[in-house]
Amino acid sequence: MADRERDAVSGTETTGHEWDGVKELDTPLPRWWLYIFYACILAAIIYWVLMPAWPIGNGYTKGVLGFSDRNNVAADVSNLRSARAPMYERLAAASTAEIAADPALQEFARAAGESVFGDYCRTCHGAGGAGAPGYPVLADDVWIWGGSLADIEHTLRVGIRSGHPEARNSMMPAFGRDGLLTPQQIGDVTEHVISISAARTRLDPNSAAATRGAIIYQEQCAACHGPSGAGDRTLGAPSLNDDLWLYGGSRTEIRRQIELGRGGVMPAWESRFDAGTLRALAYYVHEMGGGEPDAAPVPATTETIAPEPAQNGQATAPLN
Amino acid sequence: MAKTTLIDTTARAGDLAIDARAVNSKEARALYKKREQIYPKLAQGFFRNLKWAAMVVLLGIYYVTPWLRWDRGGGRVDQAVLVDFEGRRFYFFFLELWPQEVYYITGLLILASFAIFLSSALFGRVWCGYACPQTVWTDLYIYVERAIEGDRNARMRLDKAPMSLSKAGKKVSKHLIWILIAAATGGAWVFYFGDAPTLFRNIFTGQADPTVYLFIGILTFTTYALAGTMREQVCTYMCPWPRIQAAMIDKDALSVTYRADRGEPRGAHKKGDTWEGRGDCIDCRQCVAVCPQGIDIRDGDQLECINCALCIDACDEVMEKVGRPKGLIAYDSYANLERRQQGKGARYKLIRPRTILYGALMTIVAALMIYGLATRHTLSLNVIRDRSPPFVRLADGSIRNDYALKLINMTDQPRRVQISVAGLDGARLLAPALNAEGNVVVDASADAVTNVRIHVVAPPGVSTGSHDLSFTIRDSATGEVATSESAFLAGGAP
Repeated sequence: MADRERDAVSGTETTGHEWDGVKELDTPLPRWWLYIFYACILAAIIYWVLMPAWPIGNGYTKGVLGFSDRNNVAADVSNLRSARAPMYERLAAASTAEIAADPALQEFARAAGESVFGDYCRTCHGAGGAGAPGYPVLADDVWIWGGSLADIEHTLRVGIRSGHPEARNSMMPAFGRDGLLTPQQIGDVTEHVISISAARTRLDPNSAAATRGAIIYQEQCAACHGPSGAGDRTLGAPSLNDDLWLYGGSRTEIRRQIELGRGGVMPAWESRFDAGTLRALAYYVHEMGGGEPDAAPVPATTETIAPEPAQNGQATAPLN
Repeated sequence: MAKTTLIDTTARAGDLAIDARAVNSKEARALYKKREQIYPKLAQGFFRNLKWAAMVVLLGIYYVTPWLRWDRGGGRVDQAVLVDFEGRRFYFFFLELWPQEVYYITGLLILASFAIFLSSALFGRVWCGYACPQTVWTDLYIYVERAIEGDRNARMRLDKAPMSLSKAGKKVSKHLIWILIAAATGGAWVFYFGDAPTLFRNIFTGQADPTVYLFIGILTFTTYALAGTMREQVCTYMCPWPRIQAAMIDKDALSVTYRADRGEPRGAHKKGDTWEGRGDCIDCRQCVAVCPQGIDIRDGDQLECINCALCIDACDEVMEKVGRPKGLIAYDSYANLERRQQGKGARYKLIRPRTILYGALMTIVAALMIYGLATRHTLSLNVIRDRSPPFVRLADGSIRNDYALKLINMTDQPRRVQISVAGLDGARLLAPALNAEGNVVVDASADAVTNVRIHVVAPPGVSTGSHDLSFTIRDSATGEVATSESAFLAGGAP
């Protein structure tokens, strides 16, 4: 190296390269940088010894510390489960009134319910219970099988047409597909259904057809949907008086439903969730806005302000 | 690089002279120069005492503040000054700021900037010279160094001497004390972020959070490195302020100045010689010996100079001994230097457009902040509209929208507030507890955000589209009101 030229100004060796009279300095790496670099190499070697590092065939070097992210996560999950277990047990054992009186329990049920809903229910029922054609809106005040906390929990437990022995089953005949009614008759029933629903203002039913349809309705439909179309929750027959339609509210869609008698399937969640999770999920759905009070009155939760009776089917969900 | 002899025993002007070489003087500056150790001599005089006083006061504020208590009542945080990241609060005596009020901190920083501009325009780098942590801690470290290794000459001898037991002992004890000070510096810093007495106990019992030890470690390292080994290099190479400084200082700003008009021509002076035809500077180099930045103030105003004024003390002492008036080096302005050279008298212009502007800006910012604090709202409301579903059609044809309300109560008392909604005809509020007027009354917890889920129902026939909706909460006791705007969406036929 002795033959290498030194730059007069900086005192640094040059690389010997020269371009148009410009020479390149061979400035050494800064000491601090070099030492950190050596320290990093050392740290890497120590890491290989201590931690999982090298792949070997199907396995890998485990490292003397025995560290495993997989085990850590499993431990975290089991810790979390056991930490939450008491709350789930309390929730499963609590009555509606007890939940209403316990803000901490509500908070827990809300959070747990939201999480489970997001994982299992949202796919069909939409975020926030927004619903989709064929998948009921859960945020509104229309319930096919009942909207009290107990009703919702029961529906969740056994499912709908799920094959569960206690499943909620209802079967609307496919009047058109199975030839139970002629297309003409179906048209008349469609006009009648529109005329008894709130949709009559926007769909303008044909009154002659509706009158003919009324007779068919009383023969074929009234057994479940009621003579005036009020529906029957014990049979899972929706009300036909409002303007909310599970499969769509246009004339065509209403007619198609009479023709096909569609009905969806909801799994029975009993075998998937424990009682606490089911209660949390029911609470979350109940609180979306359309939940109804239990048959037994809920006691007031605040000392000075008594909750007004439910208006318009709105539940008096307790404050957090 | 040739080593220059640092000690020259040949005296120049009796016992007053010292052969101190300004390692960072104009001539010595070079692009590829390695750092040379500076051995500042202890200065004695008014400015040295001022700096000692500043050091005691500033370190006192730094170390004592986290231990001050402030009773907020009811088992609440009782530390006077605390940045509580976990609880998302900043406590400052009577003030308790929430994260969304960070603009008060911004205001404080703006105020601090203008204060440093103003002080620079008036007195040059007083911040650098007296108050900057780098200066304060470096001063403290040099104090320790001097106490153990002796003053300038003794330190220089020690560094040149071969390693011996006594030298090793001195070096080791110096660095040990430095590290202790550094650890105490980092140790005090963390007390601003947690309850000091609890944290103190936890630190020593090993129970504090790893983050605490990490920050103590980082600040121990930086204090030790910056104040112990890097010193003047921080000011010269790392700190951006000397570069900005040029814009803040003008000809009339006072800064530590060698009065060349009076000092030159300089030269050695023997007792009894005449002072006629020569300057007052006897070239004793005491000003260089005391300089912690390693410069020669007689080269004029320099980027390296932190205006610590120690050269003023050193020079005044010498001037007194040789029987000349003090103030050969003094706080003076460049304008005066020029005026004297033209034979005019000195003129001090502290009130200039620049200083008036900085002062006015400070007043305005301070006034805005005081106004903001005085009229600070302790109740506020955030409304978040549920976006899924965008609206809910109810059985009777009415439309419902759902909202999450956040009631922010910044006082330490629970407050009962009434929620009302305006902007949509016939809109009804629905929530758990409805009072007689149809407005929801809720208890907003003390010093917390209370979440309330609110449904708003519009009667059947509400027009399709988006409607403006405003939520208001009103404290029934004080009448304080907070409003938040939102929207109500209604869709067409199903």
